[in-house]
Amino acid sequence: MNLDFSDTDIERYSRHILLAEVGGIGQAKLRDARVLVVGAGGLGSPLILYLAAAGVGTIGIVDGDTVDLSNLQRQIAHSAARLGAGKAASAAEAARAINPGVRLNVVAKRLTPENALDLIGGYDIVCDGTDNFATRFLVADACVLARKPLVSAAVLRFEGQLSTFKPHAGGPCYRCLYPEPPPDGLVPTCSEAGVLGAVTGVMGTLQATEVLKEILGIGEGMAGRLLVWDALAAKFRTIRLNPDPACRACGPAATLRDLSGHAPAPAMACAV
Amino acid sequence: MGEATITVNGQARTLHDATTVAGLLATIGLDLRKVAVERNEEIVPKSAYAITMLADGDALEIVHFIGGG
Repeated sequence: MNLDFSDTDIERYSRHILLAEVGGIGQAKLRDARVLVVGAGGLGSPLILYLAAAGVGTIGIVDGDTVDLSNLQRQIAHSAARLGAGKAASAAEAARAINPGVRLNVVAKRLTPENALDLIGGYDIVCDGTDNFATRFLVADACVLARKPLVSAAVLRFEGQLSTFKPHAGGPCYRCLYPEPPPDGLVPTCSEAGVLGAVTGVMGTLQATEVLKEILGIGEGMAGRLLVWDALAAKFRTIRLNPDPACRACGPAATLRDLSGHAPAPAMACAV
Repeated sequence: MGEATITVNGQARTLHDATTVAGLLATIGLDLRKVAVERNEEIVPKSAYAITMLADGDALEIVHFIGGG
């Protein structure tokens, strides 16, 4: 591992390097890390900015949408000046403005069954901040097949959920929690039901924290646990989540072999 | 079994007959496809709803399936 840092990097990361749990070695691990963020919206905004600020060396950003005025109530990586711009490029620009020293790979398209495994294959950790169930199940299944850790968060109204899925390391996967997407229309979307902007900020920042912990190998990870936050009650709960022996993605009799069961172009369910 | 008292989202509920997680959800009228169930701080796998018997003192919370980002 290359532990050489420039004087400006030592200054930039000094508050990390001061932490016994990070130090120079941890900062070098962050620099060597490659993290893919799927969705540059309400969750992806703080997530991408904090990963970049932290010095995560390579950050991939996948988003095929453009910045819309209704995004700016919560998607703080974008700006009024970039309305209409691609979200992946807009988020990369915001991240670069904070830290020009990290590599940002802009993927200005939707994750599909055709491109998912190739994209994910180039990264160490994947983050799901997407806004629809079709893409969430696609990301989750692709991570199971590619044996990549998935740090997943979701929001709606005043609620947030977060977990880390590492079935290749003995933990549960997303389908152990939610075996199948809900039928269309059963669970309201954020554009129908709304979401408090700051709730996406908290959950995206928690997601960034868990990614950094995974890279650094410190503390208690969220694999095997589900965090549920009720913002109105101001209550966090952490629930145990075990692998489901009947899981069709990661269980002993799993039937998941490829991504052919996913629709070619996931429908937009919710413009968070 | 005799009577059992459980809580669902913090509300006490008395069960007069042996009841599974699936049975309770049907009684409450919750659609299985949009919730996960937490029992005593642990998620019950959906595949086990029909065979998981509720016991006196169980604390259940309904976790809503959400997917916004």
